Amino acid sequence: MARAVVSLPATVKRGEIVEIKTLVQHAMETGFRRTQLGIAIPRDIIRLFVCTYNGEEIFRAEFHPAIAANPLLTFTTVATESGSIAFTWTGDKGFSLTESARITVE
Amino acid sequence: MSARRGGRPLPALAAACVVLGFTQAAPAAEIPSAERRSGYEFMSRETRAMQDDDATNPAVLWLLDGEALWNRKDGAAGRACADCHGNARASMKGAAARHPAWDAAAGRPVNLEQRINACRAGRQQAAPLAYESRDLLALTAYVARQSRGMPVDIAIDKRTKPFLDAGRDTFMRRQGQLNLACTQCHDELWGRKLAGSTIPQAHPTGYPLYRLEWQGLGSLQRRLRNCLTGMRAEPYPFGAPEFVDLELYLMWRARGMKMESPAVRP
Repeated sequence: MARAVVSLPATVKRGEIVEIKTLVQHAMETGFRRTQLGIAIPRDIIRLFVCTYNGEEIFRAEFHPAIAANPLLTFTTVATESGSIAFTWTGDKGFSLTESARITVE
Repeated sequence: MSARRGGRPLPALAAACVVLGFTQAAPAAEIPSAERRSGYEFMSRETRAMQDDDATNPAVLWLLDGEALWNRKDGAAGRACADCHGNARASMKGAAARHPAWDAAAGRPVNLEQRINACRAGRQQAAPLAYESRDLLALTAYVARQSRGMPVDIAIDKRTKPFLDAGRDTFMRRQGQLNLACTQCHDELWGRKLAGSTIPQAHPTGYPLYRLEWQGLGSLQRRLRNCLTGMRAEPYPFGAPEFVDLELYLMWRARGMKMESPAVRP
């Protein structure tokens, strides 16, 4: 039941640079920590983030254990046409989360 | 501690007192209201921007959880918070700015978390949520969010005065192996550095807040436990009356300041 918040302008002009912000809820357990009894806590992180714009991949990020919990990513793209932008986070322990947003290009 | 007794100086005794840390500093004056600063003002530009934008403030993730919990039926009574209180945006406006507040059943002031748990026990007939549990933080943050921008409004009357005084005593009292009082840093040395960090004035206007160091949301009592551990004093357990008294004093000390919940702090 992880949550994600994505934010981008709903309508933009053609050719304009669009800033996209994504925030996802995840503890990002590094795998380097141990419990008080010395038992290693298994790694549980998001491994990959992919953003597609009308099916075409426009941004990809690989995550490693040093990434903060609840990772916040900000990136930009050029508005080419109206359509949908899809965001997918996948990670350890079968973590998978998808979010999408509409964008209208005038 | 005066170094003079009967008009004659006692330098040796005075020196011994200084070495042993027996000197009694005069209680620091309260920070004048014109000089009061929220912790927000000591933060970097980037961290401020993170707090101000709902697209980047990580506490928003807890607010979404809190909203879901507000509307979820729970307990033997099968009631949701929303069944009695309706829309939190209207009914909970200002609630966090007034807490800790007097609770007749408890016979003492209670903080927002305790109020939520009392409501759960009494109205929903549900088990209380544990301190610092994800659900209690989410629900508290959601309720506190509705007070954002409102001034802290702590009413002190005959009933709450003794608790306020107890909280002030805790704030002014030296404790722990380092023999420090809260007031020494937060009234006298705010704005200066402790290790690499700026000492804030300790106005709890943004709780529960997302602390980057914690990588998560936490309550004021969690923060107070951090401070006490730093002073090498034994922290009170979560929900201890001493903590609620201290919360009451801190909120009263921040009266009139703007609520920021849920804030972001480094």
